[in-house]
Amino acid sequence: MHMKKRTFLAGAASAIGVSAFGTVSAMAQDKKVKVGFIYVGPVNDGGWSQHHHESALAMVKALGEDKVELVEQDNVPEGPDAERAMTQMALNGCDIIFATSFGYMDPAMNVAKKFPKVKFEHATGYKTADNMACYSARFYEGRAIEGTIAGRMTTTNKIGYIAAVPIPEVVRGINSSYIHAKKVNPDVEFSVIWLFTWLDPAKEADAARTLIEQGCDVILQHTDSTAPLAAAQAAGNVIGFGQAGDMIEYAPKPRVASIIDNWAPYYEERVKAVADGSWETHNVWEGLSTGMVKIGEITDAVPAEVKKEAEDMIAAISSGAYHPFTGPLNKQDGSVWLKEGEVADDGTLAGMTFYVEGLKGDVPS
Amino acid sequence: MDLSAINPVLLFASLMVAATPVLIAAIGELVVERAGVLNLGVEGMMITGAICGFAAAVTTGSPLVGFIAAAAGGAGLSLLFALLTQVALANQVASGLALTLFGLGLSALFGQNYVGLKPPPTARLDIPVLSDLPVVGRIVFGHDPVVYFGLLLLVAVWAFLKFTRAGLVLRAVGENHTAAHALGYKVVRIRVLAILFGGACAGLGGAYISLVRVPQWTEGMTGGAGWIALALVVFASWKPWRVLLGAWLFGGVTVLQLNLQAAGLEIRAEYLSMSPYLVTILVLVIMSGHRSGSPGSLGRTFHASQ
Repeated sequence: MHMKKRTFLAGAASAIGVSAFGTVSAMAQDKKVKVGFIYVGPVNDGGWSQHHHESALAMVKALGEDKVELVEQDNVPEGPDAERAMTQMALNGCDIIFATSFGYMDPAMNVAKKFPKVKFEHATGYKTADNMACYSARFYEGRAIEGTIAGRMTTTNKIGYIAAVPIPEVVRGINSSYIHAKKVNPDVEFSVIWLFTWLDPAKEADAARTLIEQGCDVILQHTDSTAPLAAAQAAGNVIGFGQAGDMIEYAPKPRVASIIDNWAPYYEERVKAVADGSWETHNVWEGLSTGMVKIGEITDAVPAEVKKEAEDMIAAISSGAYHPFTGPLNKQDGSVWLKEGEVADDGTLAGMTFYVEGLKGDVPS
Repeated sequence: MDLSAINPVLLFASLMVAATPVLIAAIGELVVERAGVLNLGVEGMMITGAICGFAAAVTTGSPLVGFIAAAAGGAGLSLLFALLTQVALANQVASGLALTLFGLGLSALFGQNYVGLKPPPTARLDIPVLSDLPVVGRIVFGHDPVVYFGLLLLVAVWAFLKFTRAGLVLRAVGENHTAAHALGYKVVRIRVLAILFGGACAGLGGAYISLVRVPQWTEGMTGGAGWIALALVVFASWKPWRVLLGAWLFGGVTVLQLNLQAAGLEIRAEYLSMSPYLVTILVLVIMSGHRSGSPGSLGRTFHASQ
């Protein structure tokens, strides 16, 4: 049972009043850009949705409250509800709407067709239109760092991975962390649990506990809550990583590092583009080099030489000297994917639905 | 696949933990339904209990106070349902659904300031010698007190309904409220008490999720456990022991499917992930056979004039 809660920030209520009396807004000298955001979870989930929300607030602060009006709705299920939420925003006069979850892709596309003057921005997808752009972050770069730390620090050689929804982004994360854990520790094994949800603390906690009971002493997660870290803490000698947000409250242990999504600069740039009329559709994919993906503080629970190794890798990826998917790499069935020195192209990565060699189980479809 | 990675002892111990929230909530709802009232607001009362318990435990530092507050919170919300359905004679199905929506919203509102906090830990029972016994130690003596409370509650409710006069009266009210009324029993009063008990149980079940199983607060964190509890009561034919069986089955398959996935079983993860729901319902439906055994006055509005 889903409950939809509308979270309108301060100015939003008056904004509705303004749009209801069109003459008022027509007389206004500087028209504010009205920006809509929809989130898949609550804005205080401690992870994914919260960081989109905080980036949106940072964007408003940077551009000025007199220039931007923010309308937000959280807990929007992926599917027809999302279409309804975005249609409502478009009808209420939003100039640009950010749809911040993968499953909003087709709903956003449908609404974009109906409102050609409204700009749409979809996170982590791949479909674009004249008025719909997509943006994503190369989280797999961060996963390479996590994999390296995980491979070095595991003593049982068993690493657990709590996977969310089977989409290429999640599969890339599993592959990237596995490749890099294996590189520094050839004995390492991965156990992957798919939960088919982005946020369900009870399931996440159960999954983390199961992995720990099966001997995993490192837990990687692609779900949005801090429940797996809480389970790791309760178990004692288990480490994990912050996902989407820093989750610093679990530092220095079990949280030994984190992947942080930093969307604020992008939001600022795109809303500004709408304001000055220079907005154009695009498909961008940024990573450590531009700061859209950041690695949170690596704590002292990580041995100094491992920390150094991780930092060197961050530097190498940021500078472009190293790509996390560099051959030789085989697919799970043993067939060659990348030859020695070959680097994966973005097209393959964007549609990645296969495991690399060494991972067990199937990618659900 | 490496099944040896699965430790049956830990599996059974985890199963009991995973089953506890639904078990406690379902026991409460069973009493409510045996009194002839259908309260579909279990999910809303659970989540309200989850936040009340969490807030109280964080504020006072005592998990016990948290659980008491959770029971009070759940009962408080159910009082609203009791007023609507027993005094204002509103439709029970509609009121129950409204209660769930209301509870989810209310808890989200209360919970704003409790995100990201950690509750005080609820200690596991640690009896010297006994808890260290192989197998039995971990399964029987290695849990937190709430797990045992859930089992005791089940026994108490079973005995209450089966052996006590008050239990008989409650069942009479549920089977035929007109007859019970004619015999001079206070139908409304008995039902209100049953509803409050159900609310308190749901609240406890919710707090178990936020204080022990996860433990943290997130909006909507009960994730449908209330609906499972409701379904358990029906599929268990309103019999306490079958509720336990259903809860353990549900908890067991939930934990087992995670274990099988982690061990790399070659079954599609989608099937595994829906298995707890399928298996539980299937087994209970087969067991309940053709006799539905639902209380005669279930869901019907009672007014003394009728």
